[in-house]
Amino acid sequence: MAEREKKPENIPMLEVRNLSISFGGLKAVDGFHISIEKGCLYGLIGPNGAGKTTVFNLLTGVYKPNTGTILLDGANITGKKTIEINQAGIARTFQNIRLFKDMSVLDNVKVGLHNHYRYSTLTGILRLPAYFKVEKEMNERAMELLKVFDLDGESGYKASNLPYGKQRKLEIARALATDPKLLLLDEPAAGMNPNETAELMETIHFVRDHFQMTILLIEHDMKLVSGICEKLTVLNFGQILTQGETSQVLNDRRVITAYLGE
Amino acid sequence: MGFLSYFISGVSLGAVYAIIALGYTMVYGIARMLNFAHGDVIMVGGFVIFTIVSTLGMPPFVGIVTAVAACTVLGVTIERVAYRPLREASSLAVLITAIGVSYLLQNIALLVFGSNSRQFTPIVTLPNLVLAGGKLTISSTTIVTIITCIVIMIALTLFINKTRMGQAMLAVSEDRGAASLMGIDVNKTIAVTFAIGSALAAIAGALLCSAYPSLTPYTGSMPGIKAFTAAVFGGIGSVPGALIGGIVLGIIENLSKAYISSQLSDAIVFAVLILVLLIRPTGILGRKINEKV
Amino acid sequence: MTKKKIRIQNAVTYGMVLIFWAVVEIMDRTGNLSSLLKGLLVPLCMYAILAVSLNLTVGILGELSLGHAGFMCLGAFSGAFLTNCLEGAVPSVGVRFFLALLLGALVAGVFGLLIGIPVLRLKGDYLAIVTLAFGEIIKNLINVLYVGYDANGFHFSMKDTTSLGLDKETGVILIKGAQGITGTPRAATFTIGILLLLLTLFIVLNLINSRTGRAVMSIRDNRIAAESVGINVTKYKLMAFSISAALAGMAGVLYAHSLSTLQASSNNFGYNKSILILVFVVLGGLGNMRGSIIAAVLLTALPEMLRGLNDYRMLIYAIVLIVMTIFNSSPKAIELRSVVMDKIRHKKTEKKEAA
Repeated sequence: MAEREKKPENIPMLEVRNLSISFGGLKAVDGFHISIEKGCLYGLIGPNGAGKTTVFNLLTGVYKPNTGTILLDGANITGKKTIEINQAGIARTFQNIRLFKDMSVLDNVKVGLHNHYRYSTLTGILRLPAYFKVEKEMNERAMELLKVFDLDGESGYKASNLPYGKQRKLEIARALATDPKLLLLDEPAAGMNPNETAELMETIHFVRDHFQMTILLIEHDMKLVSGICEKLTVLNFGQILTQGETSQVLNDRRVITAYLGE
Repeated sequence: MGFLSYFISGVSLGAVYAIIALGYTMVYGIARMLNFAHGDVIMVGGFVIFTIVSTLGMPPFVGIVTAVAACTVLGVTIERVAYRPLREASSLAVLITAIGVSYLLQNIALLVFGSNSRQFTPIVTLPNLVLAGGKLTISSTTIVTIITCIVIMIALTLFINKTRMGQAMLAVSEDRGAASLMGIDVNKTIAVTFAIGSALAAIAGALLCSAYPSLTPYTGSMPGIKAFTAAVFGGIGSVPGALIGGIVLGIIENLSKAYISSQLSDAIVFAVLILVLLIRPTGILGRKINEKV
Repeated sequence: MTKKKIRIQNAVTYGMVLIFWAVVEIMDRTGNLSSLLKGLLVPLCMYAILAVSLNLTVGILGELSLGHAGFMCLGAFSGAFLTNCLEGAVPSVGVRFFLALLLGALVAGVFGLLIGIPVLRLKGDYLAIVTLAFGEIIKNLINVLYVGYDANGFHFSMKDTTSLGLDKETGVILIKGAQGITGTPRAATFTIGILLLLLTLFIVLNLINSRTGRAVMSIRDNRIAAESVGINVTKYKLMAFSISAALAGMAGVLYAHSLSTLQASSNNFGYNKSILILVFVVLGGLGNMRGSIIAAVLLTALPEMLRGLNDYRMLIYAIVLIVMTIFNSSPKAIELRSVVMDKIRHKKTEKKEAA
């Protein structure tokens, strides 16, 4: 009874319990659990091969977990397909950028808007009035999103012609276009120089505030992690080493050992 | 006895498919390309033997050796001129060039030999094997074909596993970039692969034309497609896969010709291929490819 | 902006087709068209439609299909079948031809869907060989199909005409196995062909620049990312594949109505035909519909224009194919071209500066 009296606002955005998966006998992720409050900027860190990206793949339905439950805003999404999970409200970016490289920057974002602005295929082929109306709305919304990331000037470029840092931003814009509740960022600062990283930190902050977004990010750049994450979970060999407030976690001896060795 | 006879000639046809399929499978495994012209190399081999044996009247042995040599040179030349410039290009571009080479070989043959079919003199002149008091006759061509296929399979397996060049082939098929960093000459390895595949095509041509002795410029293309089907069926890139795929396909084709319909035998062969691929998307012995996210 | 550019590009494509039509018509009216070229006009339209529709599968969806001739075959036979069936009921050949076009496209589209469901899970070369296999199966099955009707309705057989068991008085054989369908009115004209090509372009170009087209291209560019933003990959793959098949079916109906005898021979509908269409698509440029049309027209006309060279024409064709592909796609050739282009540009700027 006490559980039910909780107000909806107190339900965490993401609640994961006892999540595990093994590949050929090797436990890639073992007993993973996490609880992320709404509006929180949460970091998932750990050495290479700790299973961070696997966690993302489990959360987004790329892999089906062997055990565990995943609750998004109270709804059980365990074992669902990637598309269903995206429609339920999780969007992500990828460690190795996965843009629609032969499409324009604008069209990349418009693909993200696909499920929110609809008209039938026949409407599109016959160019019925609904086509022009919805396309106009899509263009406006897409340009709005591109502006947030300072990409509106490049909207007509082919995505693969953008410089690296901007490609990462475009991926975030595309993910946001699906109007998610939870945004997963897989190493957003990888390959960026310190200036770009600093700028990215600001953008992530802005996204959180502007869209009231809950964000879970994987990152190696400790400056970024300590700079913007409110809470951290540390993974090592597929298991949780520790989790909690950022300052506490980063001073944990075990974390330092895991990163630097004995 | 009828069944056994159809079955054995099916194995023999399958053995030819298997030998052709080896060429497809090795080239695909190492150069990652679908060599559409491979079937036409068989036809060239057939015409070389035809010219030497039937026109010049020399012994079949000379014909085969010349055909093997000619096809080897042809295969390496095709690779050097038409495929190597496209090594880093899209696989579709390479496919189109291969189609171009296929047209080229067919039309050269058309110019030289005309479109009328030529009667091929079987190269195997041994007596047929008569069993069970005359109830079952196995032609000598059938026996020679099956034995040749077994010998080639064993030799090729030994070559790949025991020689430096064979190991280099495995390395290139695994990871071309890494292999070249390890000091393997990728171009040379691919050239050798084409040489072997084309030499085998010449032998397949000799056997195929002995079993089905009419020779036209288009003789190679359908067996080529079927052998490619066999290679995919067995798992492309796999040597034992080519053997299994070839034999199974040959048996299915011959039995369906005998018991169902000769017009539908090709449809049945292709239907079986589709079924196998739907159940095992990379063929019977093919490796599963996982995309990393 | 890009949207405007796309509109201009599309207008150029439509314009090119219209100009081609006008030029040919003028030449025809003024008697400057050889009978050889006249016979080539409907096939030219057919190949252009086939190339554009295959480009939807290969260039836009990014899947390699070698079974396009199979869909064309389905369309051709169902269309010709309908035209002959309705001979008594609908006297107007034009109406029958129109209905045949609809049915041919529908049948090919439905088969595209049915084949696509199991097959589109496969990738790359595996998909290529399976589509090739399907094309051959379709051709072989139609080759042994016998259909007739009498007062009792339709009769089917896979053996021969006698096993149809038709009533001797009222029986009519429509499809005669390897001998195919005879007596289809030759209603296909160049103008109808051009109209169908324009229709194909309208469907394909509008599809590409719509919500559906973007979804299809996103699958081509990155399937995993497309799924991650909620694109239903199976749905859009099937949609593109069956639309492509339906258009090929329509081209088949056009073809069937340009022949007095339609046979499911390897020459007409074999895998070599599928490969030929793929050649148009690749040489014209993946995703480039205008290129597909140009390649289809040039490469169909080329062997005919070389007729004077008789035996050598197909040889020249093969060499052109190889050389063009290497010139288009080889990294070295591309580099060489860009160096040359840079030099030209450099000279131009120098001239400007000098001026």
